[in-house]
Amino acid sequence: MTLVAEPQLEKAEAASLRTERIVELVQRQGALAVLGIVLVVGLVAYDNFRSFDNAATILVSAAPAALIALGMTFVIITGGIDLSVGSLYVLGGVLAAWASQYGVAAAFAVPLAACGVFGLVQGLVIAYARLAPFIVTLAGLLGARGLMLALSDEGGTTYLVDPGAFKDFGKGELLGIKYSVYLVVVLFVIGMVALYRTRFGQSVYALGGSEDAARLMGVRIRGTQIKVYVLSGLLAGLAGTINAARLGSGVTVLGTGMELDAIAAVVVGGTLLTGGAGTLGGTIAGVLLLQVIQNLINQDGKITSAWQTVISGAFIALVVVAQTYLARLRRVASG
Amino acid sequence: MTTAVSSSSSFNSATVRRLLPLYGVYVALAALVLFNIVYTDNFLAWNNLRIQLVQVTPVVIVALGMALVIGTEGIDLSVGSVMALGAALIPLYLGYGMVPAIVLALVGGVIVGLINGGLVAFVGLQPIVATLAMLVAGRGVALVVSNGKYKDIRDKDFLAIGTDAFLGVPYTVWIAAVLAVVVGFVVRRTVFGRRLLAIGDNRAAAQLAGVPVKRVLVGVYMIAAVLAAVAGVIQVSRIGSADASRIGLLIELSAITAVVVGGTPLTGGKVRVLGTVAGAFLMQLLTATMIANNLKDSTAQMVQAVIILVAVYTARERRTR
Repeated sequence: MTLVAEPQLEKAEAASLRTERIVELVQRQGALAVLGIVLVVGLVAYDNFRSFDNAATILVSAAPAALIALGMTFVIITGGIDLSVGSLYVLGGVLAAWASQYGVAAAFAVPLAACGVFGLVQGLVIAYARLAPFIVTLAGLLGARGLMLALSDEGGTTYLVDPGAFKDFGKGELLGIKYSVYLVVVLFVIGMVALYRTRFGQSVYALGGSEDAARLMGVRIRGTQIKVYVLSGLLAGLAGTINAARLGSGVTVLGTGMELDAIAAVVVGGTLLTGGAGTLGGTIAGVLLLQVIQNLINQDGKITSAWQTVISGAFIALVVVAQTYLARLRRVASG
Repeated sequence: MTTAVSSSSSFNSATVRRLLPLYGVYVALAALVLFNIVYTDNFLAWNNLRIQLVQVTPVVIVALGMALVIGTEGIDLSVGSVMALGAALIPLYLGYGMVPAIVLALVGGVIVGLINGGLVAFVGLQPIVATLAMLVAGRGVALVVSNGKYKDIRDKDFLAIGTDAFLGVPYTVWIAAVLAVVVGFVVRRTVFGRRLLAIGDNRAAAQLAGVPVKRVLVGVYMIAAVLAAVAGVIQVSRIGSADASRIGLLIELSAITAVVVGGTPLTGGKVRVLGTVAGAFLMQLLTATMIANNLKDSTAQMVQAVIILVAVYTARERRTR
């Protein structure tokens, strides 16, 4: 947007510029606006929603999804997609629970190393074999699930987290809020700095905007691609780790469809699947929005789980349709 | 497997590289069949072949629709939920007879397909997002319709679809075969098929050439959803019960795998129907082979992952054009 203050600017043009700016704001902060509305509705309508405990619950249950969505945002901004995160999340949880017998450092290091390597392999295949990220990470979804099943005797063994520092991490609180929430906040701040203020972040945007243009600009395409898939794998593994610490075991049956939840949160947050545009603030709003809606549905108690899925699906469609129309409006407004 | 064939063959390597993406899936399938004939006991027993055929049927039917959608450079993640919806609708009107029940299930597919197609063609959503929303909502609707309960089916006529056979081949397999031929005919010999491929090749050019892009897209998503509903109906008739929370779970991944392994590029503009069927058979036989040879499920999934990558790598478009 170039703001050239020309005196002969027509009134209509000025008006369209204003519309454009409003639409842009709503589109960018749409998830935040809807989150605000949903929160107000929840605060007014449900007594149990209005408690600190409930807010803390929402934050804790949103933590793993937020980490996965953080990595997914980077991947999607490059124009890619990572379907393997749900499987890596479960794999990370199983590995963390198993490794907790060797101390808290191992409980974090083992899942991060395994999921990071998995992300690295996917990134290498995408960058050098030039296969579609959708297919590579679809294979990754199967592969990581197979690996998890192999490690847990075909899903039959549930490793329990050893009592000790790792379990204390899962239970520990500061000011009534679980440690994992602080961890997520710190990582999002680091993520924002990396995305908005570093060369790596700018090459992520450039790659998603136009790969050819980015290459001509001297962006290291392969390096950037590999880094985002490693990042996504690491964060999915970490999400599984903090979940294992919270639950006290490496549950083997969770995580199906987790990748779709993460994609939904990122898309609801205003990041375009075509790449080149998106914000981490939007992703936070998207994750919290989906979590708060879930919480409100649970508060209501009258809505069956079947209707819950109908509502979530319809909601995703609604938000995305609204964003698409806003984007079109903006294009019309900007001529 | 395919690379072994290429290195030992007497063709020059350029010919092999040109033909491998086109015929790789058949070579792999043939190799797998030969392996089974030699190493798996009772592989050629009719009972075993019959089981393989019956098991692969739903994936084949869903994959046919998926191939058409992928041909338009789209993707349909909602097929598993549509299967569940079709299955959940069956018990509702089965009291009035088999035909109304099946028609209703197919109408359910038509509605989901219209919504998918409308979101993609008219609203302009990306196919993956639109059908992701329907994946979530569709299964929800299926659970609402069935009250979240598992329902046994007792209608003899309806169950006959799943259990009876014609010339020794189960009805369900005949249905899949007929659908494959019809879809193949549509892609190769009809205006609709040509338009579909034109859209997948270059949507803007197709629009300028006068192709009714939006109408064709809605049609394609509708066909995919109806085929998924058919698969749901067949699954119910075979199992003898409708369980909306389980039917069609993760079948979108199997279907996409079958299509991609069969040599249809995700970039659109090409649909390989016979390849898709072969792809579905290949993945089914691969799993069956590994189970028959006492490999664990975990190993089977990891091998599948590798096969997908190898298949897509050999089939990828050369960028040197």
